[in-house]
Amino acid sequence: MTNPSIDIVNLTKTYGSFTAVANLNIKIEGPKCVGFLGPNGAGKTTTLKMLTDLIKPSSGQALINGENVHTNKRAALASVGTLIETPEIYPSLTPREALMMVAEMRGVPRAERKKRIEDAVADVRMSEWLDKRVGKFSKGMKQRICIAAALISDPTILLLDEPTTGLDPRGMSEVRDIVKSLKKRNRLIFMSSHILSEVADVCDEVAMIDHGKLLVYDTLPNVTARFSGDGNVIEVGLLNSIAPAFITSNVSKIAGVLAADPIDDRNLRIKYAGGLEVQANILSELVKQNVRVLSYRPASSALEDVYLNLIKETL
Amino acid sequence: MAVSSNGTASTFTQLITMTKYSFLNYLRARRFLVMVLLVAIVNLVLTAAVGYTRSADFLNSPLGFYGAWWGSFIDIFILLTVVFFGGDAISGEFQNKTGYYLVPNPIRRSTIYVGKYLAAFIASTLILALFAAFTLANGLYYNMGVPTQFIESFLFAWLYLLTALSVTFMFSSLFKSTSISILITILLFLFVFNVVDELSTILLKIEPWFSITYAEGIVANVLNSTYPPHFVPAATGVAARFSFPTYNATIVEGLAIMAIYLVVTALLGLVLFERKEFN
Repeated sequence: MTNPSIDIVNLTKTYGSFTAVANLNIKIEGPKCVGFLGPNGAGKTTTLKMLTDLIKPSSGQALINGENVHTNKRAALASVGTLIETPEIYPSLTPREALMMVAEMRGVPRAERKKRIEDAVADVRMSEWLDKRVGKFSKGMKQRICIAAALISDPTILLLDEPTTGLDPRGMSEVRDIVKSLKKRNRLIFMSSHILSEVADVCDEVAMIDHGKLLVYDTLPNVTARFSGDGNVIEVGLLNSIAPAFITSNVSKIAGVLAADPIDDRNLRIKYAGGLEVQANILSELVKQNVRVLSYRPASSALEDVYLNLIKETL
Repeated sequence: MAVSSNGTASTFTQLITMTKYSFLNYLRARRFLVMVLLVAIVNLVLTAAVGYTRSADFLNSPLGFYGAWWGSFIDIFILLTVVFFGGDAISGEFQNKTGYYLVPNPIRRSTIYVGKYLAAFIASTLILALFAAFTLANGLYYNMGVPTQFIESFLFAWLYLLTALSVTFMFSSLFKSTSISILITILLFLFVFNVVDELSTILLKIEPWFSITYAEGIVANVLNSTYPPHFVPAATGVAARFSFPTYNATIVEGLAIMAIYLVVTALLGLVLFERKEFN
């Protein structure tokens, strides 16, 4: 399987005198999850729509796996699963029929269709609704079926526009789990979201746009290292509680650490100065000091800092 | 199943898929049931009325029977059918957001358009066939046989249905609002074309060769014992005050006008849908 890729080249969309996307350039290659961030009206959905033939660019190109979406749509979207806005399904169809339609369109082998549909519906926890009419479903239930439709052909690339919109907290968590499992299966996921903690949780890289222009595109740690106001923040989950004195005398003394504070008796927030090297070193030191680490991740607050700093600059 | 080199289904397979599921959607929709009930009610009322009154308008001759039963009602049923199945077929993809489920797949927009058009045509044909079945059943009951003119009329009606659907799909592609596209279709077929036909004939004294409803006249005209003349001048003398010239499309002319409408509106509709944006 070749490396999945999305190549946005000088992509521009104008509506009269209003420019929704201005000369956007992003090249994403390889299996990873990229969060696409920006305030309302920044141009995120417009960009995703141009990547999926829902709208045409005024100029520039949207290439997927090297194929131009607008001149060779069938090839470009052959291995792409999409969820743009909140699609509606013909209300008189059942999820089985709606998914079968997509499976047939996408050339899923006949022998595999039934199992693929049942697996995809199980992934989104909708098995018991498989043969009920979609017209009676809530918005969240329809969103789950649309996520199943995006997964049905086992695509190498997923384009998701705020995939957790309309879902309850359990549904949001399940979608995040699905995205994480797709990452493990070497998929490229390009996902817009307003929920910064969600992006921090599942994405490896972030691209931020505002007023249709790209502000930054880099790995999550690099972005937080470059743009976070006063140091980066790591949240550490602990197996056992540790004494406040230990935090003050040991954790705070690790090279690069600016401050270490308990969130509760099993979670620690460490503010540090530096990039990935420092971040890795702090983890090694914690392990050396026999701290039983369960989780270790950049805190969403760091991303929030970056977001607010960058967006503020463009206001 | 035919699969193209990039792994997706072939365009033909996608067309079959699109048609199949759009048709399934039509078949289960309430509007299909409403159309079936309308056809059944009108035909049952006609059956009862003709059976009770034994009207000479119906029972004097086979062509008189089919002209009164089929020729008098089929155009309005075709209009209702195309509005029901075509009025919001494309605009609904935008307003109801079902297009967001279909378009971002590796399928050409033209395949979606043609698939939906074929589904609407099949659903409409079922309604037309139901009306024809009621007509034939009564015709055979009254020993009217099946005149070849009725078969011709059915085929002309079928072509008119195909063409009217194409016009409706074009207007459905023009608007993103389902109510506007449905309203425009109704106004167009019920008033605009008819008014233009009349104005053209009476005021401008020219043949309305550019009108689809003028061409549709062949559906009923073929059921006359003698096909009406192409041009009937206004009366002269005392009767002239209330007499106007009339034109009747010849069969060849009617078929040609419908064929041109079919091709032109199908191409325009496709281009409109290709260019329309989901925003």
